[in-house]
Amino acid sequence: MNSPIQAPSFPLVLGLNTFGDVTNDAEDRPLSHAQTLRNVVEQGVFAEQVGVDFFGIGEHHTSDWPTPAADVVLAAIAARTSRIHVGSAVTVLSSDDPVRVFQRFSTLNAISSGRAEVILGRGSSIDSFPLFGYDLADYEELFEEKINLFAELRKGGPVTWSGNTRASLNNQDVVPHAEFGPFPTWIGVGGSPQSVVRAAHYGFALMLAIIGGSPSRFAPFSRLFHQALDKFGRAPLPVGVHSPGHVADTDEKAREDFWPRYLQVITHVAKTRGFAIPTRESFMSEVGPRGALYVGSPETVAQKIAANLTALDASRFDLKYGMGGLSHEALMRNIELYGTQVIPRVRELMGAKELAG
Amino acid sequence: MVGASVNWVKSGPMGTEMTERAVAGGPVHRIGVLGAGHVGPVFARIAIDAGYRVAIAASGDPEKIALVTQVVMPGAEARWAADAVADADLVVLAMPLHKFVTFDPSVLAHRLVIDAMNYWPAADGVLELFQERRHSSSEVVQRRLAGATVIKSLNHIGYQDLEDARRPAGSPERRAIGVAGDDAGAAKIVAELVERLGYDAVLLGDLSAGRILEPGGPVFGALLARPDFELAVGARAA
Repeated sequence: MNSPIQAPSFPLVLGLNTFGDVTNDAEDRPLSHAQTLRNVVEQGVFAEQVGVDFFGIGEHHTSDWPTPAADVVLAAIAARTSRIHVGSAVTVLSSDDPVRVFQRFSTLNAISSGRAEVILGRGSSIDSFPLFGYDLADYEELFEEKINLFAELRKGGPVTWSGNTRASLNNQDVVPHAEFGPFPTWIGVGGSPQSVVRAAHYGFALMLAIIGGSPSRFAPFSRLFHQALDKFGRAPLPVGVHSPGHVADTDEKAREDFWPRYLQVITHVAKTRGFAIPTRESFMSEVGPRGALYVGSPETVAQKIAANLTALDASRFDLKYGMGGLSHEALMRNIELYGTQVIPRVRELMGAKELAG
Repeated sequence: MVGASVNWVKSGPMGTEMTERAVAGGPVHRIGVLGAGHVGPVFARIAIDAGYRVAIAASGDPEKIALVTQVVMPGAEARWAADAVADADLVVLAMPLHKFVTFDPSVLAHRLVIDAMNYWPAADGVLELFQERRHSSSEVVQRRLAGATVIKSLNHIGYQDLEDARRPAGSPERRAIGVAGDDAGAAKIVAELVERLGYDAVLLGDLSAGRILEPGGPVFGALLARPDFELAVGARAA
């Protein structure tokens, strides 16, 4: 039997994630990709102003989510902010080059004076595979090898590495060098316990991507992560939760804003992602206390975040805000309410101190 | 791998026994789960909860999934694939389909097998074996596992719902899971398992009828009570 492992204590971190969901104008017409991206920069800058700890952008390659170059957008946000952490949510490492990922985020880390983070994913949204000429059947080998190389690069110093998925490196210096040691790296995990063990193996923090169903079913993953870190002789690392949602002034307004957009987006991606087309009943179940969506008033959302962070022994929550077709103004209001009301309320509920620095 | 052959020899002519059991509807006590990704561990957990003995295997050394097994599915035994199925009354295939393509079919000879896998090119890549769409994916699985009895079931419910959506028999919230197979007796055994796990089993007929459970179909990913489920699958429901 393993001895019980003391739950580690980390500062509470409350962030926002976006996929750069295309926003609509006042006449409900889609804005251009260019305007959408400029709006994302404004949203990131605003997030810092209202007290959000982290702003992340997920890599996607479709017309609905025009954020294949998230790190460029993050650099623009970093140049206009001074406190908020900026990072990917996620970087699809399987179809990228770990050397390039390291270079880009090490550059972002330099520009932001140490505020860069990277969340690596195996990619459940798989549009990047055909785009870059990768075979989906190889995704496991791709992810395993590339994460191995990324872990080497992140340590700093010359790297010697060989594998099947890219050219070998022989005592290679990869720049820019880190200023303050390795930047925080997380692995985004959907539902595979072996991915949890892999995160622990490499000493990366664990980000649970909970986008449907009951959040509490992830509690064994949190325990597994702590036990695996212990088994590998690693220091404790934090667990975070990423989930979609929308905050508005009242529960009803949040639901009515969000539901038609959610129905449209999920219906659109259902074919390729294998989701069922939501019904009003399934939506209300996801919005309820046992579901994965954080849609409601600041109080409703704060209560749900606090309850699930406690249940999952997690210290970080990233709300994936936005849903294709919502307006920039609705998203800005969401960010404002999240920063000024949800975050302080979650801290109060969890008895957490303000995050220093 | 050798262990499996030894077990087969020890336990006699399993082929005959299994065929008889399938026809007679004999009880299932031991379940072998092949695949420890998204679906396998959740299935293992609810099967243990329902009173079954469960062995689980990923590809390769069971040591690799020992910790996962201990923490996420306490009570299950991590084993090599051949050992996990060697003394199982029923085997659940929960591996990604691209791994099935290279899986040694002889390991499953004379076994009662639930095919919980899906052919889903957008997520799994294009697999030549499953590209001809005249047959359901489970018919292709059955053809490859000649000698096994393949039943399609448990593939259409999301792994994220499989545990939480269970309800006792008679509950108004109880959901339905489809069961399709060419061997009616074997389908009935699987239906009993489904019922015991916490779902209403809906028998759909032969493996070709199982196509209605595939990705893109009317029940894939949806959580439906029996009347809605039967309505969704139409006149096919038996």
